[in-house]
Amino acid sequence: MSETKNEAALEALARNDRYEWGFSSAVDQEFAPKGLNEDIVRFISAKKGEPEWMLEWRLEAYKRWLEMEMPHWAKLKLPEIDYQDAYYYAAPKAKPKIESLDEIDPEIRKTYEKLGIPIEEQKVLAGVSGAREVAVDAVFDSVSVATTFREKLQEVGVIFLSISEAIKTYPELVKRYLGRVVPVRDNYFSALNSAVFSDGTFVYIPEGVRCPMELSTYFRINAANTGQFERTLIVADKGAYVSYLEGCTAPQRDENQLHAAVVEIFVHEEAEVRYSTVQNWYPGDENGKGGIYNFVTKRALCDGARSKVSWTQVETGSAITWKYPSCILKGEESVGEFYSVALTNNYQQADTGTKMIHIGKNSRSTIISKGISAGHSDNTYRGLVKVGGAAENVRNFTRCDSLLIGDKCGAHTVPYIEVRNPSAKVEHEATTSKISDDELFYARQRGLNEDEAVALIVNGFARDVLQKLPMEFAIEAQKLLGISLEGAVG
Amino acid sequence: MSKMLEIRNLRAEVDNKQILKGLNLEIGAGEIHAIMGPNGAGKSTLSYVLSGKPGYTVTDGSARFMGKDLLAMEPHERAAAGLFLGFQYPVEIAGVSNLHFLRAAANAQRKTRGEEELSAGEFIKIASKEAKALGINPEMLKRPVNVGFSGGEKKRNEMMQMAVLQPKLAILDETDSGLDIDALRIVSESINRVMRRPDRSVLLITHYQRLLDHVKPDFVHVLVKGQIVRSGGAELALELEREGYGELVA
Ligand SMILES: Nc1ncnc2c1ncn2[C@@H]1O[C@H](COP(=O)(O)OP(=O)(O)OP(=O)(O)O)[C@@H](O)[C@H]1O
Ligand SMILES: [Mg+2]
Repeated sequence: MSETKNEAALEALARNDRYEWGFSSAVDQEFAPKGLNEDIVRFISAKKGEPEWMLEWRLEAYKRWLEMEMPHWAKLKLPEIDYQDAYYYAAPKAKPKIESLDEIDPEIRKTYEKLGIPIEEQKVLAGVSGAREVAVDAVFDSVSVATTFREKLQEVGVIFLSISEAIKTYPELVKRYLGRVVPVRDNYFSALNSAVFSDGTFVYIPEGVRCPMELSTYFRINAANTGQFERTLIVADKGAYVSYLEGCTAPQRDENQLHAAVVEIFVHEEAEVRYSTVQNWYPGDENGKGGIYNFVTKRALCDGARSKVSWTQVETGSAITWKYPSCILKGEESVGEFYSVALTNNYQQADTGTKMIHIGKNSRSTIISKGISAGHSDNTYRGLVKVGGAAENVRNFTRCDSLLIGDKCGAHTVPYIEVRNPSAKVEHEATTSKISDDELFYARQRGLNEDEAVALIVNGFARDVLQKLPMEFAIEAQKLLGISLEGAVG
Repeated sequence: MSKMLEIRNLRAEVDNKQILKGLNLEIGAGEIHAIMGPNGAGKSTLSYVLSGKPGYTVTDGSARFMGKDLLAMEPHERAAAGLFLGFQYPVEIAGVSNLHFLRAAANAQRKTRGEEELSAGEFIKIASKEAKALGINPEMLKRPVNVGFSGGEKKRNEMMQMAVLQPKLAILDETDSGLDIDALRIVSESINRVMRRPDRSVLLITHYQRLLDHVKPDFVHVLVKGQIVRSGGAELALELEREGYGELVA
């Protein structure tokens, strides 16, 4: 009897090792009452001290959401989600407004320290040559707890702050862009997010400004039974440039938790935005218990001529991922890029990809997707390339590679191509391979243990995408791919 | 002092087919041994069994490496203990640069042995030196492991790995095949330079005398149908070259 108990404890320990970010923090928190109704929407808006127009916007979104249904077209086994059984607002019970970084709740500070996220104004990863300054917005459950380097950024006119502050401080800017790229009724989850989003990040890069440092947001879900709905809005004015990073982790819990974020990027003429994500929400355990349901809407509008957006994502976490970062290429000669590594293990399911909507003449897009499936997982690439009738000389190149580890997992590639202009040149390549025994043995003979050998080969497979990440993130992502596959072979 | 390698009555099968049928072989420290034998005799199989390739099942016998039970060790532990296999067919690994691979290997071995890892700087210094000695273009260090390498380049690359990893026992499976005349000389020189030392040993698997002209073996063995059927000194290889396997394979 005690024997099995011991084993269970050891197993849990082993599991803990695999998901290093699975701890939870004892932070005093304040919740909204459980469930979702108009009063909750009002509660959230009131808590944030929002202006009337924002409340109206939310209530409208809530009404829309009630009329909509959860989408079922993805290749996902979606469980019934009881939207009344979750909390929609959880905030650390600290002072409502933090004047300086020193006032952050020490428990929260510790959490970010444990995660290796700099909420001090310091260079990331001291010791890595070429490490740059990175400004960080740390979002803990539903609330932004710290935004660094604000003053330095203000000197060049860059606005980088939590969206709740932006709503109050820059209402005109927010009003002008919020919902422009992802309309409230775009889909079930975007409507839900619009009604109940509690925080997120707002970025504005003024005309002609090259943002002097990387901007990043780290999302951390801590509270149990709490949905997380962040809203990110990035606006790059004419000729501006910014590189933006997003990282996410969550504690290990037996219940599933809902995460439904919306990211909107508005890109003006000749501006460029690079958006990189390392998504590492808790994926659930070996038997598929627990984990985050990740339903995310990310979209960029390349509104002006020669504007450019690139999405780079490394997706290793979440029990279920439903996510299609997309580009609407409206401006002439605008460019959209999508580089993705999606790794699934155990019972994870991912249905992810992109949409490239070509409207502008001479617009171009590139899609590189690397899917890695292990265990009993299911990994689908779903992508749309659409060329409108007026879009002359459009170019698209798509490459989807799948790597299978073991024989109980699935990899699927579902490309949709809709071309209404005959001048378009659309190319699609796809491969599926298994991790080869000869490669593994070769690496092991040279001294790598089995897990290291798998990590090395998988990183090689994903290389084309990983090298698109900013260096600090690339190192992190490489480690993550290895850790996520520990024990996957053999 | 224990032997570098002691193989006793080794029997092994792959896919239920018996390949090694009671093989005996002893290699002392500082010795260079050559194994020759007809195609399909089991030479590569022996190298895989010794290095622990999955799918090769030992059904009887033993193999000790510097006194340790080799067959009980994981492949990476055998590597860290100093066993190096120069593959007859080196494997390609897409997306992983030669340099990165080799550094990962060197540091993984060090970790297993409980030694400190090499810094990037130290490692690059060692790797560049060895590349130069083997006439390997530095550009090739950045290319993915063996991908698109010519046959001869792959073999040279194996030697480069050996030189960086500094093993105790190198099993070199037809490292000479596919090499042009100059490359054969360069590769032979590197075997002599890296491995001809009192505390190191080599097991050369080859079909041709020409390698043995450059790397002079202390012992030559003939492997036929999974057994060593004859052993002798360097002169045995010359005799085989003249007369073929003849009676030995009958
Ligand atoms: N998976 C397998 N199933 C069945 N037989 C196998 C398998 N792998 C190897 N063999 C056989 O084992 C025998 C020994 O092969 P091995 O590669 O060891 O020969 P070798 O002595 O290295 O030959 P060569 O000189 O041609 O390299 C051969 O007859 C080969 O066909
Ligand atoms: Mg052979």
